[in-house]
Amino acid sequence: MSATDTHRAIDAVWRIESARIIAGLTRIVRDVGLAEELAQDALVAALQQWPESGVPDNPGAWLMATAKHHAIDHFRRNKRLERKHQELGRELQTQQEMAVPDFDAALDDDIGDDLLRLVFISCHPVLSTEARVALTLRLLGGLTTEEIARAFLAPEPTIAQRIVRAKRTLAEERVPFEVPRGAELAARLSSVLEVIYLVFNEGYSATAGDDWMRPALCEDALRLGRILAELAPKEPEVRGLVALMEIQASRSRARVSSSGEPILLLDQNRAHWDQLLIRRGFAALERAEKLGGMRGPYALQAAIAACHARALTPEETDWARIVALYEALAQLTPSPVVELNRAVAVAMAFGPAAGLELVDGLTAEPSLRGYHLLPSVRGDLLKKLGRSDEARAEFERAAALTRNARERELLLDRARACAGSSTPPAEPR
Amino acid sequence: MRFMMLVKHAENLSGPPPKELMDAMAKLSEEAVKAGTLVDSGGLAPTAMSTRVRLSRGQVAAIDGPFTEAKEVVGGYAVFELKSKAEAIEGALRFMELHKKHWPGWEGETEIRQVFGPEDFPPKA
Repeated sequence: MSATDTHRAIDAVWRIESARIIAGLTRIVRDVGLAEELAQDALVAALQQWPESGVPDNPGAWLMATAKHHAIDHFRRNKRLERKHQELGRELQTQQEMAVPDFDAALDDDIGDDLLRLVFISCHPVLSTEARVALTLRLLGGLTTEEIARAFLAPEPTIAQRIVRAKRTLAEERVPFEVPRGAELAARLSSVLEVIYLVFNEGYSATAGDDWMRPALCEDALRLGRILAELAPKEPEVRGLVALMEIQASRSRARVSSSGEPILLLDQNRAHWDQLLIRRGFAALERAEKLGGMRGPYALQAAIAACHARALTPEETDWARIVALYEALAQLTPSPVVELNRAVAVAMAFGPAAGLELVDGLTAEPSLRGYHLLPSVRGDLLKKLGRSDEARAEFERAAALTRNARERELLLDRARACAGSSTPPAEPR
Repeated sequence: MRFMMLVKHAENLSGPPPKELMDAMAKLSEEAVKAGTLVDSGGLAPTAMSTRVRLSRGQVAAIDGPFTEAKEVVGGYAVFELKSKAEAIEGALRFMELHKKHWPGWEGETEIRQVFGPEDFPPKA
């Protein structure tokens, strides 16, 4: 194996093993930041030794053992320091147990629990949403700071600092490394799901930049969702989120034209939908429903996505069912965005006039003031009702509001087309 | 990135795979499912039950197996979603190491083929 091959192999091993190693170490040393440092030290050791010695048979175990040795050194050093402090007669701080922890016993326990704890600590509410996203991608997704920065179009030092600060906050706030129980679990779980779906959405319809989609981010989010579903198999909303992401991701190839323009749902070539992901999405949704309880917001959105996935042609779409699902969603999580989507479904099920009535009720909504999809949907309905001049103004307004370059071009095209014949409807989600 | 792994080996083996290998492979695939990377897999029926529909010299014909001329045939496949080809290679190495350990004398290969995804069709700007 050449040195380059070895480096590539080390990258791969890191991607596969790092989350489990960091999770296991965090439980032992009780500090995510220190655990990650120790894991990184082990990675550096691998980069130094493996090109000479070859990749070991069990590279994960090698990394963990090496990290463990570094940890023992770290604790011994601290202990020596502590003794020195005592000898110098310095004032004693609150006595912590500074003995070297029992690594082997800790390592034999089920690693799955540690991973789940790592998920919860990375998405802890003491952290800002941005920090949760960065830390989750870094610790659980195994992404480098550079990869995260590229994905979010942010400078690398910004992301690096965000991660450092997040780890410091977790240490300062003494956030316990545990899986929350009882009433706290639901709230904490929804924070985790929010982070994963945010990553997915940033990949699925990039809010800024030149690309309409960044598929790698969708894949990262899906991978995290699938991991979480295995770690918490009894949580219907986790399955619901996985179902939603699988079904939405199934359309990835169909929603961009060869020249990079977005293609709206009803115009997509359904032969390009990924049947493997659709099947996985249906299976996840079925499991969510079998787990019982009231359908949560992600399961409801997945059920809506499934309505589209089931329709072999746009005409076969069960819009009445979609309207009913949006009504359930609006009751559970009332929001102007859900109302807007419901309006689109109503227009498809019961005609553009009925939809427009609902949309007009939303135009005064302050939270939608900068939201480009409101004028976009309104323009579409006006166009269908033959009110082309008003439609054109709405499309132009939508184009001015979006930060995505590809989407802006599409909206300007539609504005121009208002002088001509009929145009396709806006994309329902 | 999506990869299809095709496992190839000689047909007409001396017997079924050892139980230790089956158990180890089950554990490996369980781990891959837990890691969110294994999205589909399957074992294929023997080529004695297969049929090739072939176009040759302007003639389309269906030919039933087995196909004794083939030294190695695809016996199974698995579909993974991974971050890089290196990750696929690492997975295949582990899979083959299990065979080495649990099935002395077995020979074969895992071929790694990337399945194109949306990222492989960059917009022609």
